[in-house]
Amino acid sequence: MTQLEDLQRIASEETERRQGCRHRLCVCIAAGCVSSHSDQVQASLTNEVKRRGLEGQVEVRPVGCMGLCSAGPLVQEETSGVLYQHVRQEDAAEILDSLDAKPVERLRCDSGQPFFRRQQKIVLENSGVINPHRIEDYIAAGGYEALVQALTSMKPMEVVEEVIRSGLRGRGGGGYPTGLKWSTVAKAGGDKKYVVCNADEGDPGAFMDRAVLESDPHRVLEGMAIAGYATGADMGYVYIRAEYPLAIAHLRTAIRQAKKMDLLGNSICGTRFNFDVELRLGAGAFVCGEETALIASIEGGRGQPRPRPPYPAQSGLWGKSTLINNVETFANIAPIIRRGGDWFASIGTAKSKGTKVFALAGKIRNTGLIEVPMGVTLREIVFDIGGGIPGGHRFKAVQTGGPSGGCIPEQHLDMPVDYDSLREIGSIMGSGGMIVIDETSSMVDVAKYFMEFCMSESCGKCIPCRVGTHHMHGLLEKILEGHASAADVAQLEALCDMVMHTSLCGLGITAPNPVLSTLRHFRGEYEGLLQPAGGNGHASPSPAGGA
Amino acid sequence: MAAPVKVVTLCIDGRDVSGREGETVLEVARQSGIEIPTLCHMDGLEPVGACRLCLVEVTGQARLQPACVTQVSEGMQVATVTDRLRTYRRMILEMLFSERNHVCSVCVSNGHCELQDLAQSEGLTHIGLRYRYPTLSVDASHERYVIDHNRCVLCTRCVRVCDEIEGAHTWDVMARGIDSQVITDLAEPWGHSDSCTSCGKCVHVCPTGAIVEKGKSVAEMAKRAKFLPYLSMMREEW
Repeated sequence: MTQLEDLQRIASEETERRQGCRHRLCVCIAAGCVSSHSDQVQASLTNEVKRRGLEGQVEVRPVGCMGLCSAGPLVQEETSGVLYQHVRQEDAAEILDSLDAKPVERLRCDSGQPFFRRQQKIVLENSGVINPHRIEDYIAAGGYEALVQALTSMKPMEVVEEVIRSGLRGRGGGGYPTGLKWSTVAKAGGDKKYVVCNADEGDPGAFMDRAVLESDPHRVLEGMAIAGYATGADMGYVYIRAEYPLAIAHLRTAIRQAKKMDLLGNSICGTRFNFDVELRLGAGAFVCGEETALIASIEGGRGQPRPRPPYPAQSGLWGKSTLINNVETFANIAPIIRRGGDWFASIGTAKSKGTKVFALAGKIRNTGLIEVPMGVTLREIVFDIGGGIPGGHRFKAVQTGGPSGGCIPEQHLDMPVDYDSLREIGSIMGSGGMIVIDETSSMVDVAKYFMEFCMSESCGKCIPCRVGTHHMHGLLEKILEGHASAADVAQLEALCDMVMHTSLCGLGITAPNPVLSTLRHFRGEYEGLLQPAGGNGHASPSPAGGA
Repeated sequence: MAAPVKVVTLCIDGRDVSGREGETVLEVARQSGIEIPTLCHMDGLEPVGACRLCLVEVTGQARLQPACVTQVSEGMQVATVTDRLRTYRRMILEMLFSERNHVCSVCVSNGHCELQDLAQSEGLTHIGLRYRYPTLSVDASHERYVIDHNRCVLCTRCVRVCDEIEGAHTWDVMARGIDSQVITDLAEPWGHSDSCTSCGKCVHVCPTGAIVEKGKSVAEMAKRAKFLPYLSMMREEW
């Protein structure tokens, strides 16, 4: 049985243990840094500490993502805050030598640069700080307090009201009010309900959810358990793509630890509330991020969407009322319960509350993960936090929202980033991927890339998406090859309009967006590739079969 | 005493009509003599809303709604024929003709094909999209039937009838997007299928000449799908 006092005892033991160490070296072991061999750095630091007999004085702690992935592997000395970049395993001795002396200047990364200073962290508050393998670390950082608080001193409806008050909107891309979704499921009847965490992050260039799950898996589990309590569900599934092995491993460990401490499972914290969590691995289909396809996939069927209504809140997993939220949405729940909905609502803009995690990728100096309050401008993100465009090139556009989003040109850089203003200029917030494009890229090529993605990820159920994406891709190819005429662009626009208005699910409905937004803001690039009128490269269309 | 049936009144194409609660726009429209084009839909099978031909405009709804799965409600205003809907329907048909190799003049179902009927009623004489001309196979390994993938429109009626009515679930769909294809068992030749009962239901629900009986020549393959509503009705009553 775990009570608030037990959590506090674990937290103070943990703090005590930590303070016993004079120096604490945090090594990032999230996917970005692991790909540049941070696991070897961690091993060599640990060996060096052992060799010198400094165990108990110097702690080498694996931590999650610190954000600045382009400078990895990253190592931070916690007490002094000194940050080292591009660390190699040979650097271990030098770093340990420096602990009671001057920092190693050769490896230093300025932790006061705007990349770090301009962020505001809620979802990522523990990322790069706690050891994701240890539940004690999470508890020491205030973890599971919100769950215990909700279970012992709040009614389910009060939890829902707190989420409504926070103004939190779905972080998976749609921006649907989370509180409204929760109260719909809470009010739905039935003997069995489910909570599903959508971790099928698939947008090209997006890695927010992966980082959250790798760095702070307990936060997501806690959010799900609170959601279960608020809505009356006793079973949760995390639908996670199989391409995230590290996140899966961290989640598995976290679930095991939480069950052992009665923070998941039966009679949580000695109350009558039961909540179990299981993982379901996706098989690599992008469309399974769409909620009805995701449900079909969990049920063991072909990952294909079905028409809504009924919405999952009414009839979801195995026909039962189901709450589906994204990883980042669940990651916001514990702080909202702990610090109150009003606190959360004080951050951000009038209609978009809180912070948003973005993955910066493409032609940008500081590739990595950031968290900023809603309402900051794109210019701040790209040029201040992101450090601008490398190689002396000029900024051309930033692509948000992945294959469902659009490209935003320079004249809109001073627009505040929130759900509604992004939609106004033909893009979407999406799940948080931001791909920066410089003058060396062709926008028609960018549109073709995303259309190719949608075409190969279309499930094939409805005709507009299955055949429409194929033809749009063919036309974009024709334009890029220089064989197209103005009539082809007109046909492309007609197809965009048709696919957008007739497709069955979000994939098809939004598939034309990258084309439409590049046509809107960079039409000149399309026109520059066209053949003059009358010089059509192809024969007139041939008659249909005997129709 | 049976529970009272709730009846709603609504307006389809300017005509006031009534329907039972729980009925779809398509059902109510057809009862009132208003034809909405469909392809994947078939009375007696679970609707899937996949072909998008039956999309209609509903006042107050931002998006077009598939009539086959949209339930009627009190005071609903539905338009089934508008310029916009006609354009979209025509494009859907053009897409189907461009997707695979539909050559009516040599087809066993010429004159008995729902795709052909739809094209004729929409006045489709040519298409503006490029033909794909994919290379697709014909599976004639079954002793009585043939599947010609060149003529398949992926309506999944065969998949549904085999699963829902016959209970064999021999048919399913493999791959995705434009590469999707209906398969028997785990993509084995139909003739080798262990689960197929050779009942022939898939042949008669297939809207085109994709699944046909062997031994039929051009224009000889007429489908008889009328058995289906009775079969499903009988089962419900039992």
